[in-house]
Amino acid sequence: MAEIEKKAAVDRSDDIQDATPNVTEVETVDAATEEAAVEAIEAPVERGEPILQVRNLVKHFPLTQGILFKRQIGAVKAVDGISFDLYQGETLGIVGESGCGKSTVAKLLMTLETATAGEVFYKGQDITRLSGRALRAVRRNIQMVFQDPYTSLNPRMTVGDIIGEPYEIHPEVAPKGDRRRKVQELLDVVGLNPEYINRYPHQFSGGQRQRIGIARGLALNPEIIICDEPVSALDVSVQAQVINLMEKLQDEFNLSYVFIAHDLSIVRHISDRVGVMYLGKMAEIGTDTEIYDHPTHPYTQALLSAVPVPDPESREGRERIILAGDVPSPANPPSGCRFRTRCWKAEDRCSKEVPLLAVPERFAGSDTPAAHESACHFAEEKDVVHA
Amino acid sequence: MSEPTTGTGLALGGPASHADAAAVGTGLSKKDTGPGKPRSLWGDAWYELRHRPLFWVSAVLLVLLLTIAAFPGLFTGADPRDGDLTNHFLTKPELTHFFQADWFGYDVQGRSIYARVIYGTRASIMVGVGVTVMVTLFGGLVGMLAGYFGGWVDAIVSRLVDIFFGLPFLLGSMVVLNAFTERKVYVVIAALAFLGWTTIARVMRSSVITAKQADYVTAARALGAGTTRILFRHVLPNALAPTIVVATISLGAYISAEATLSYLGLGLADPTISWGIDISAAKDAIRDNPHVMLFPAGMLSLTVFAFITLGDAVRDALDPKLR
Amino acid sequence: MTTIEKTTSATSRVEESDDGTPLLEVRDLHVEFHTREGLAKAVNGVNYSVRAGETLAVLGESGSGKSVTAQAIMGILDMPPGKIPQGQILYRGEDMLTMSNEERRKIRGRKIAMIFQDALSALNPVLSVGYQLGEMFRVHQGLSKKEAKAKAIELMDRVRIPAAKERVGDYPHQFSGGMRQRIMIAMALALEPDLIIADEPTTALDVTVQAQVMDLLAELQREYNMGLILITHDLGVVADVADKIAVMYAGRIVETAPVHELYKRPAHPYARGLLESIPRLDRKGQELYAIKGLPPNLLKVPSGCAFNPRCPKAEDICSTEIPVLHQVTEQDGTELPGRGSACHFWKETLHG
Repeated sequence: MAEIEKKAAVDRSDDIQDATPNVTEVETVDAATEEAAVEAIEAPVERGEPILQVRNLVKHFPLTQGILFKRQIGAVKAVDGISFDLYQGETLGIVGESGCGKSTVAKLLMTLETATAGEVFYKGQDITRLSGRALRAVRRNIQMVFQDPYTSLNPRMTVGDIIGEPYEIHPEVAPKGDRRRKVQELLDVVGLNPEYINRYPHQFSGGQRQRIGIARGLALNPEIIICDEPVSALDVSVQAQVINLMEKLQDEFNLSYVFIAHDLSIVRHISDRVGVMYLGKMAEIGTDTEIYDHPTHPYTQALLSAVPVPDPESREGRERIILAGDVPSPANPPSGCRFRTRCWKAEDRCSKEVPLLAVPERFAGSDTPAAHESACHFAEEKDVVHA
Repeated sequence: MSEPTTGTGLALGGPASHADAAAVGTGLSKKDTGPGKPRSLWGDAWYELRHRPLFWVSAVLLVLLLTIAAFPGLFTGADPRDGDLTNHFLTKPELTHFFQADWFGYDVQGRSIYARVIYGTRASIMVGVGVTVMVTLFGGLVGMLAGYFGGWVDAIVSRLVDIFFGLPFLLGSMVVLNAFTERKVYVVIAALAFLGWTTIARVMRSSVITAKQADYVTAARALGAGTTRILFRHVLPNALAPTIVVATISLGAYISAEATLSYLGLGLADPTISWGIDISAAKDAIRDNPHVMLFPAGMLSLTVFAFITLGDAVRDALDPKLR
Repeated sequence: MTTIEKTTSATSRVEESDDGTPLLEVRDLHVEFHTREGLAKAVNGVNYSVRAGETLAVLGESGSGKSVTAQAIMGILDMPPGKIPQGQILYRGEDMLTMSNEERRKIRGRKIAMIFQDALSALNPVLSVGYQLGEMFRVHQGLSKKEAKAKAIELMDRVRIPAAKERVGDYPHQFSGGMRQRIMIAMALALEPDLIIADEPTTALDVTVQAQVMDLLAELQREYNMGLILITHDLGVVADVADKIAVMYAGRIVETAPVHELYKRPAHPYARGLLESIPRLDRKGQELYAIKGLPPNLLKVPSGCAFNPRCPKAEDICSTEIPVLHQVTEQDGTELPGRGSACHFWKETLHG
């Protein structure tokens, strides 16, 4: 067995990125050998226990100048110090507008990008530092569903080859003779005719293609699926089908989802907890009721108030916060609170002091739903959805 | 979600749905009459190609030319090197003597022009195909590696391509060929390939760069696929089409380059039979006996036309958007 | 400045012109496309009309024909492969399909303008925004360069682009998505048209920007008393701005209704299904209702009612007989103005 020791992974006084003082400690697993690491990765996690723990994750894309001798002239701070936990069996929604860094978070969790700083612990193992067999084991357990079903399937491969590719990359999961049957089972599971196995992606509609993408994600029996805008490219009448399918699969295969989307209604529907991102930072995080019915961060309030409600009765007298201007460039974000340039509550303090993502002092200790983590100096409850 | 704003705004190719009533919950039925038979993109391209008359014109021409190149003896009994001065210098063509030695007349040395045109096909086709194969293999490989790995590999390759691109193709091959005293077919192939690989490398590089950014490549990486798998399963099949088109079209260009070089006396030389050499030899007699030049030149044009037309048809078939 | 405001009802002043003819009327419009796979019937007999000051929302999914109808009105349909075998498009009572190209061009841009979804590809990347805005005035009104530029700045101010004077020489890529959409609105407004057709104007934008742009559009519409045809799939946006709605499916209008009526009591199973299948921001539901099956394939539109394979209420008659757009009435038979449903069982759907 690997030796398990408790370590305060976030307790580093030199780290100025640390904007989340009160996330739980990570139980790290110090695996001495690759075998031990793989063993820790394969170990089961109880329902409701943290399975993925993100700590102070940072991704800066360098801006360079020059062709042969590249000189760094700055950085796009796509993700700038975010921390959250994903619990086994839950769906964590991450919402935000374009450019807030939510898709970069997905890529970091999938180790498709290398983190500039910070850790992603999967069952106590920092996956940003893994390699070899241990990394392969992680890759098997964390899968992804992409936004665009038209570009995420190789047009020159048959559906059978696409869904079967995971088995070719991880041959230990299914012996060769079994693969065709497994692929057909998967097609059945996602609601497609198993006879379609020899067809090509362009012969399917958008919703069907997304089902193929989901089947590919399920092939290796993963524990976590990262969904990056999985329904935003689909027709309205098809979105509900895919959402229902994803919920059904979550129960059937005991999956944990990170559900990244810009559609706040869909995120509320599918998520147990929701994090709101703005310019590379987490503005607010809590359960769906806490975020949607008791938001305390002005950005969350503005975002929610802007969503058109599909009910013409509510178009009169609904309070709406119209934000001024555009999102600032992530290459040159505002000092202090990133939202202050568009915030109607901003004061001097907001430009000097970075607000921490913590339960606001005024609500600390009380058990109102407003007592959830919010990165605002002047956090204050405001129900904009029902107003 | 939204209708495409470009083009016709139609959702074509989606399967018709005649779902039965079994589906609740996920709202889906197994009985959707799905798309017809499996139809790969290559299959679609072949379908497009089959329905183009120009493709068939060029294909028939090319099959004929290849047969001539492989078995010239089937088409004429005359010996192209057999100069018979009793055949009168520059006898005019006897256009009704189909496939006879005197069909196209005789040249300065009393050799059957028809036989020479037939036997000259092999050199041209060999040079064209040989250069194309070498250029595609080498340029394609270099371009693929540069495009896929980027960074310093790309920096070096791109600079190298720029340098070679700066050399004028014909002038460069003349200089290279001048260094050889004996200029066999393979020497000409090597010289042309040495200067010609850059076009393919550029095309391949840019299409690999496009293909490697596709979501399905990211998906494969997320599954833990290795470089070889990503390159040969995902990137290459999706990056190949432009290279095939450029290769087919430039095949014609290489054939005419060979003829040009041979005409200038820097390409193939006697005793090799080549249209370029014959055109060169005919230049002094052109005033009174234009047929001596007409037939080899005509064959050359026809061959180049066939390859370029094929390339055009292939391009249209592979990328219907270009139409 | 960021503002917090109460939304107000967009009570539009619908004015009838003297003789009561609507601004634009589409009558029995058919559009088809000849493709390799066969004949695709994109629009199969669409009727709708818009009055000055009125907002008509055309709601539909991909393949419903909502954008093709708009392209036919604007005369920007690719013909071939497109073809209009039948129908009339009446602008103030005159059929635009029988007009000469010259007459039509006078209406396009000047009287009827269009806003597209993708502003970046609708604007020319190598010309400055000011030049493109000014072009409208130079070409149509023959203004000088200087006057046109001044007009361009005025327009940019009108659509509330900050620092219009400084930014008039900037190129489209230098603006954010929301600002580009404003520029496109400004272009559409330049000649003060009677009617604006907006094809998914906010689909590509973030919600907060979407709200800004829709507000601007609604305000300008009120100010100029323009007709607006809003083509969209977003039931939220429709609820916010529309006066009346036409729901399209497989090239036909399946339901028409004033906005409040449709949301309260849909009379077509497709409209009902759509409304039930969207998740709500203000409450957490259980499983979503999902319309089964796939959006229609225009090459193989099902016989009878095109929605029948997906419809929970479908019976034999639905696959044999194409339902006409029935006038929808209350149970006691009083006609509901502006309401229609192309369903054999509209009574059961509405009252059941």
